[in-house]
Parts: sequence; structure tokens; C-alpha cells
Amino acid sequence: MIPVSYFFILSLLLFALGVIAFFAKRDLITMFMAVEVMLNAANLSFIALAKATQLLHGQVVVFFIITVAAAEAAVGLAIILLLFRQKRTIKAEEFNQMKG
Amino acid sequence: MAIFLFFLLAFLCVGSILAMIISRNQAHNALFLVLAFASLAGLFGLLDAPFIAAIQVIIYAGAIMVLFLFVIMMINLKEGIPAERKRWTVRLSIFLALLLFFQLALAIRGAVASFSRPSAEPASASLGSVTELGRLLFTDYLYPFEITSLLIIAALVGAMVLVKKKDGI
Repeated sequence: MIPVSYFFILSLLLFALGVIAFFAKRDLITMFMAVEVMLNAANLSFIALAKATQLLHGQVVVFFIITVAAAEAAVGLAIILLLFRQKRTIKAEEFNQMKG
Repeated sequence: MAIFLFFLLAFLCVGSILAMIISRNQAHNALFLVLAFASLAGLFGLLDAPFIAAIQVIIYAGAIMVLFLFVIMMINLKEGIPAERKRWTVRLSIFLALLLFFQLALAIRGAVASFSRPSAEPASASLGSVTELGRLLFTDYLYPFEITSLLIIAALVGAMVLVKKKDGI
């Protein structure tokens, strides 16, 4: 029987790594992947809580989070593709104007 | 045995995300992320959530990461992104992450205290079974479940409209 706190600490670690990856990386695609890492860290703590409380609602929330992440990935990658067509690069610093 | 499996999967997960931060090739990053998601699915399995573990592998590691790989393939950068970003950005991000880490750790310390006492009732066998999850989805969470389909249709149409080329086809 693994203590729930281990899962919480792992989830915390993953979330912090996601934050570092989001700010340290320069290309839009990897930054977007970092967002997925943070979403998954939240999923892990939801499932750990579902186990700790013996309630299934945590798993339902994770189900919805995964669905929203899929929709978000589709739209986000479409936007990244559009940005690439406009400037032929995906470096984050190149996109510093509201009106391109 | 379970604790050994936990540490194996946790190190695999954290290590592949660290590799994602260090590596500069987007395709490698995506594959590292697939490894991280697969080991997370193993952790979900350890937590009595076999259905969530399955959709983690099918949707995250399967569908979403393949979408990422397709976009990386379409963009096809000839050279990698050089690491000429100012050093303070990385330092600031590590500082921010540590701040967030300790803040959340304080919050979790309070939450864990209420779960640390051993639960009297034995683990119910139905936790995580697909039957129970499906029943919950179609009773208590019926409206959110139906609205999800609307969200996915909107995302699909939105993505198609966004990527469509302006001149004709």
C-alpha cells in the first residue's frame, strides 16, 4: 500500500517541472507540451484523491480533463500552424506584436 | 512490489520530462512526453483506475501526441532552435517553479493530514470499474458529458476553419 502523499509529491514535482519547461523553452510546440505536462500532474493528484476517499468522482473529473486537453490540443496546434505560416518560425520571441 | 513499481514509474516519468527540458529537438521532446504519459498511465493503474489508465494511453500517448508529431512533421524546421535565450529567463522560471512547489506543498501538507489515518473500511472492489464509472457519467454527470460532445465538435470545426488556406482549396 503506497501512501497517498507520495503521489501528491510526484504530482507537485511534475507540475513544477512543467512550469520550468514552459518558461525555459523557446519553441511554441514544446511550450504547448509543457502545458500538457501540467494538466497531467493535476490528473495524477485527482486520481490519488479518488483512491484516498474511495469515491469515483475524481476519476470522472480526470475523464473530462483528458477530453478538454484533446480539444485544446487540436485548436492550439492549428493556431501554431497558422503562426508558422505567417512568420516561418515557431520561436516564441518572434511573436511580440498583437497585429501581425 | 507496488512501492518498487511506483518508484520505477515515478523516476521514468520525471526523468523523461527532465530530458524534454534539456533536449532541443521537438520530435525527441514529443517522444519523451509519450514515455512520460505511458508511465503516468502505469501510476493510474497502481491507483485502481484501469479505465483512466487505458484512455491515458489511447488518447494522450496515442492521439494527442500523434497530432503533435504530425504538426512537427508539417513544420519541419531545418535547424534546431539555438539556446541563445537570456540566462535570467531560465533562472526566473526555476525560482517561480520552486516558489509554486513550496506553496503547493504547504497546501498539500494540510490536506494529507486528513487522509493519513488508516481507513477503516476495506478498499471497495468497485472503485475504478468501468461499470461504476459509466453509471456515474450517465447519471450524475450527464449534462457535462453531453456538453463535452459540443466542445469537441466546436474544436474540430474551429481547427479546420483556422488551418484552411484562404485562396480557394
